[in-house]
Order: sequence, then structure tokens, then C-alpha cells
Amino acid sequence: MLEMKNVQTFYGNIQALKGISLRIAEGEIVTLIGANGAGKTTTLMSVCGIVPPRAGEIFFEGRPIHHMAANKIVSLGICQVPEGRRIFPYLTVLENLDMGAFLRNDKAEIKRDLDYVFSLFPILAERRNQAGGTLSGGEQQMLAISRALMARPRLLLLDEPSLGLAPLVVKQIFEIIRKVNSEQKTTIFLVEQNANLALKVAHRGYVMENGQITMTDTAASLMANEQVRKAYLGI
Amino acid sequence: MDFGYFFELFLGGLTRGSIYALLALGYTMVYGIIELINFAHGEIYMIGAFTALIVTGVLTLMGWNKIAILILASLAAVVYSSAYGYTAEKIAYKPLRNAPRLSALISAIGVSLFLQNYVLLAQTSDFLPFPNLIPEFEFLKPVEDIVRSSEIVIYATTAVVMVALTILIKFTRIGKAMRATAQDQKMARLVGVDVDRVISITFIIGSATAALGGVLIASHIGQINFYIGFIAGIKAFVAAVLGGIGSMPGAVLGSLVLGWTESFFTGYISSDYEDVFAFIFLVLILIFRPSGILGRKDTDKV
Repeated sequence: MLEMKNVQTFYGNIQALKGISLRIAEGEIVTLIGANGAGKTTTLMSVCGIVPPRAGEIFFEGRPIHHMAANKIVSLGICQVPEGRRIFPYLTVLENLDMGAFLRNDKAEIKRDLDYVFSLFPILAERRNQAGGTLSGGEQQMLAISRALMARPRLLLLDEPSLGLAPLVVKQIFEIIRKVNSEQKTTIFLVEQNANLALKVAHRGYVMENGQITMTDTAASLMANEQVRKAYLGI
Repeated sequence: MDFGYFFELFLGGLTRGSIYALLALGYTMVYGIIELINFAHGEIYMIGAFTALIVTGVLTLMGWNKIAILILASLAAVVYSSAYGYTAEKIAYKPLRNAPRLSALISAIGVSLFLQNYVLLAQTSDFLPFPNLIPEFEFLKPVEDIVRSSEIVIYATTAVVMVALTILIKFTRIGKAMRATAQDQKMARLVGVDVDRVISITFIIGSATAALGGVLIASHIGQINFYIGFIAGIKAFVAAVLGGIGSMPGAVLGSLVLGWTESFFTGYISSDYEDVFAFIFLVLILIFRPSGILGRKDTDKV
């Protein structure tokens, strides 16, 4: 579904991605793990066209997207829940969700998706008229995921959904991620520092270091891998 | 206290405030979206006035009636000024979008100087008489000593523009895109907003309201030159900061407060210090409420 071929991305003169190649098949949950500053977020930003790659190619369902504008990429069905959630602070919960469906015109279907995300996260329905900035961290993460779901993505990119959240909330959010993948058939590309958590939910994984992919395997074998266990699982 | 005099000053302040508001809305919208103080905004207003003057001259020669001239001249001013605003953004600000904010600010000052001198060369440095385009309304005859019909038109236009912009921002698709872009540009792009287009439209709307202000004030005062945009621009900027830059209700409130301050101080104390009062007031507001009357404290930018 998504294929990155030797993607190189720069911030000014600093090279953040030194030739990333990876592949995600339809229906999969694929995780990208690695330390701080390895280039995980940049990988997602390159896919979304926010920081376009300087070299290499990115294909979504066979179509090249590495030269496309960010809003065109969203219209193809790629949606990102960015790091730090980025809730529109002065829009209400409902307005935030409405922004998620910005490119859609099918009112009836939007209403149905709204009911769906409210069924996933009932707390959001309670807070629907509250400004996004007044929600707690966990609620904001729920809102950020719901906002992305409102676009009816076929590929959902999640950047550090566990960051800064209480363990119980993290558990709830990862259950929802699994549920969305199995119920909605949404393909998921999950970036996480919490490798333990990510490898439990994912089918396959990539390990990233210093702007390069250093390892790839099924989630189960990565979990069993000696190096991964030492470097990322703390065992 | 002489109530008649007070009322006269009140209406005078309302007129000034309304014109400042038409300009300040443009400042505050552009600032809200890209955090740029568009110093060329006053020149857009001046160009609106000049466009209206030229169209009026031609149509008057052709013998059109006053109302038709007013409408066509305003329309031409709006279209022409919007084109200038749009082009200025594309040429002078867009290439600097990722540069430090100071660069874009200096670029804006450059555009301002360029447009002033361009009009100076293309037109003249003299004050040109501007015909009164607004007819005297019959129903205002009994009160014509107190309020002129051009003032009524200014109040009404400002009110209509304010309501229209509020509806646009609150309820339309482009309005939603504008609010989202103002709050988090990167996230707006991630939900599919075409941010470049939103910025262009913001400049067009701001320029259009400034042009309306230019036509109305030129017609009210009766003369224009290439320099009118500078002072009006600075005053409107003060009004926008006073109200809380980035906030649209703030821009209108700031404009009215500034208009009344100027009007009452000049009326009761001395007209020699008109601008001094305005700026003293700005300094006081900035000392005691740095984010402006309705501004939010900007602590959420991480």
C-alpha cells in the first residue's frame, strides 16, 4: 500500500533521513521504533508532504506522492495523528472533529463516523462543546485519533500516541488502535519510542537509527531479537 | 455639560473608529494567520482611494448618476486593491514564509515604500480633490447639522462588513480553514487545508475591506494624496494592537476606543495633540495589558 524507496530528507543542510526504504501492505499494523532523534517523525512528515523528501520516491497504492502537496496527499486517504497531538486549542471538540472531515462532503456519512468515534471514546461526546485546549492529555490524544478517523483514512499514521499519558489511558488507546485496524480495515503505521508496547500491537516492525533502517522483521521476532531487547526493550 | 457638543464628538469618534476598523480588520486577520504585521496595508487603502478617484473621474465625464458611480467606483477599488494585496503577498511575503519573521516585516516596509513612491510618480504629490460620492439623504434633513449622510454610510458599511466577516469566519468552509490555519498551520495542512490558498484569500479579504475604507474616507474628507495610507495605516495598526492583535472583535473594539479617545481629547483638551493622545493611550494599554483589550496571552506556542 505504501512504499518508500531510498527516501532522503533534509532540514536545511542537516540530513535527517539517509535513504529510508520500507513497505506497508494493506490491512497491516507496522511499527517504526527507534530512539529520540532517529528520524521517525521526519519519516511520517515526509510521507505527508509536510517536509518533502529531497531524493527518493514514495508510492501510495502505486501512485508517486513525493512531489504532491500535503492537502492532495490527505485527499488520497493518508492521515496523520502528529506528535504532541496538535489539537486546535480554541476550536471545540466538535469543531476539531469537523476539521478532520475537512475534505469530505458526504454529510450523512460524516454524521455516521462522528457517532462511531463517539462510541470509541464516549468522553468526547460528553465534552463536545468544550474547547480542545481545555482537555486533559489523554482526552486530547483521543480527540487527535478521532479527528484523523473523521477523514476516513485508509492509511493512518500515528506518531508517539503513548507519549506523556498515564498507563491506563495508553492501554485504552492501544486497544482502540487494534480495534480500528480490525473493524475499519484501516492500515496503520505506528511510530513509537515505547517499543514494548508497539511490538505487542504491530504485525511487523522496522528499527531505525540515525536516519537509517537497521533492522526489519515480524513483531514477534523483533521482540525475541537479542539486540532489540537490549537496546529498546530494556531487558 | 453641553450634551450637543458631547454627542458631536461621540459621532466624530464613531466615524474615525469605523474607518480604523475597516483597516484594522485586515491587519489583524493577516497577523492572525501568518503573524506578519503587513505594513503595506495602509498603501492598499490609499490605492483603493486612487482607483475610486480615477473611475469616478471617467464616469462623471460620461455623465453617470451619483449612486451608480459610487457603486462602480467602490467595486473597482475593491477589485484593484485586492489584486495588489494578493500580488504583494505572492511576491514579497510568500518566498519569506520560512525565513525569520523580521525578514518578512522588512519586506512589508519595502512594499509600503514602493507603493507610496509608485503612486507618487504615476499620479502626483499634490492633494487631489475627491468628489463627494455619497448623496445627501432626504430623511437626514432634520438632523443634518449633527450627522452627515456620508457618516451614516460609513457606520452602515462597517457594521455590514463586520457581520459578514463574522459569518464568514464562523460558518463557512473557508472560515473554518482560516481559524484552523491561525491556530496551527502545520496541523491545518495535515487535515487537508490548502494553506497557501487560505493565506491568499485572507490578503484579498483584508485588502477589500481596506479599499472600502479608502473610498469612504476619501469621499467624506474630500481630498487624497499618496501619503494618506501611511498615517491611516499606523493608526489602524495601533487600533489592532490596542484591541489585541489577531482578534477580530478586538480590532473593531480597539478602533472604536481609539476613535473616541482621539475625538474626545481633541474636542475637550486640544486638537494640536491628536496623535499624541492616541499613542499615549497605546503605551498605557501596552503597559497594563500587553496582549491588548481582547487579546489572548500567547502561551500555547510550543
